[in-house]
Amino acid sequence: MNNSDKTVFIVDTGVANVASVQAAFARLNWETQLTQSAATISEAAFVVLPGVGSFSAGISRLHELGIVEPLKRRINDRQSTLAICLGMQLLCRSSDEAPETDGLGIFETTAIRFPSDLLVPQLGWNTVKPSSDTLFQPGVAYFANSYCVPAAPPGWETATTHYGIDFVSASWSGPVLACQFHPELSSHWGQQLLTIWLNKMQTLSPTETSASC
Amino acid sequence: MLIPRIIPCLDVRDGRVVKGIQFQQLRDAGDPAELAARYESDGADELVVLDVSATLENRIALLETVQKVRAQLSIPLTVGGGVKTLADAQALLNAGADKVSINSAAVRQPELVTQMSQQFGAQCTVVAIDAVYSSDESDWIVVTRSGSQKENLKAIPWAQTVDRLGAGEILLTSFDRDGTRSGYDLELVAAVAKNVSIPVIASGGANLPIHLQEALEAGAHAVLAASIFHDQQISIGQLKQQLAKLGVAVR
Repeated sequence: MNNSDKTVFIVDTGVANVASVQAAFARLNWETQLTQSAATISEAAFVVLPGVGSFSAGISRLHELGIVEPLKRRINDRQSTLAICLGMQLLCRSSDEAPETDGLGIFETTAIRFPSDLLVPQLGWNTVKPSSDTLFQPGVAYFANSYCVPAAPPGWETATTHYGIDFVSASWSGPVLACQFHPELSSHWGQQLLTIWLNKMQTLSPTETSASC
Repeated sequence: MLIPRIIPCLDVRDGRVVKGIQFQQLRDAGDPAELAARYESDGADELVVLDVSATLENRIALLETVQKVRAQLSIPLTVGGGVKTLADAQALLNAGADKVSINSAAVRQPELVTQMSQQFGAQCTVVAIDAVYSSDESDWIVVTRSGSQKENLKAIPWAQTVDRLGAGEILLTSFDRDGTRSGYDLELVAAVAKNVSIPVIASGGANLPIHLQEALEAGAHAVLAASIFHDQQISIGQLKQQLAKLGVAVR
């Protein structure tokens, strides 16, 4: 396993489109490797959990690969992990998209569908407002989602966005960052956020980032 | 709430950006990767790359061009041109597209829209509709194969069909206005937007900032333009400043 300092391991679910994520890290001069290995997910310094289509297909795939427990463990241990779009929803206990399917249960909440009077999926640029700007500044990010996380998980910092309803567009604790938007498609602001995750967030402990809770 | 998207479009042939009038008289407009980088730094919200010769020459959009553009680009990238199968779409996604646009193939095999939507998600499935106004029928008719073939299909019911089949977005081009700089076909934009539940990207005829504002007012969720940006008639940054003055929210 190449686990050099400047390699980001992307969980390879076989269905997620990860070329944009890889290109974003390449622009920051970081290597990327796809992985399905439980050992790599346990030990790697940096792991990305990308969006993977539907909630139930995503969870099933993680079970098939035998990486549900390693992922939960590294997040609970606050090892550097970035969950993007559906990857963030997978952290929830469950989702309205597949009520019978258990999520990873890191967030004690259920992902909900946007109200039916809105255009769904939410497809485009929307404003992200962090609860405090100590880590990153408010910005405009690219979203492509039908479901969202409605409430802040206790003990986690959050940023919120409004699309018919207020929802949690990002949440972080220590070096674990979950984004409903796509940082890799959010131009300069998104690239900055990836840089913050790779560098600045590594120095934060969960207690420091959850000071407001 | 969502901020309307300003989308430059690169029509690509043989690895070069080209632009014509009503899909003909193509002239060279530059290198795709260079233009992509410039448009992003100018403030583009998304980029569309269409291989305009792909269907006619029976090949899918140049994967190499997509890879080069992707390497530069940290905004969403939609690619279309000659996609006929799920494997074609997968190849474009692997090369770095975020969304795949289908046009002629959707008309020939509508089930491809559903298959793409199920496999890759609605957010990834764009159906491009090229429409021409027929005074005989007093309605908009769908044309395919870069405008060379008139279909026995009216544009508005076809838009409703692709919405139902699982498309996540409609890229709506007025063939009559393409490259003419006479403004978008606002009646077409309004008629389609009103009858579907997915975002509509207006395309064909942009010249002045007011044209983009009008199209958004008519119901478009995003506006696409090519000639005005390629010819550096106005930069995307300048355009956004003017749109802001017209009361349009911009990023």
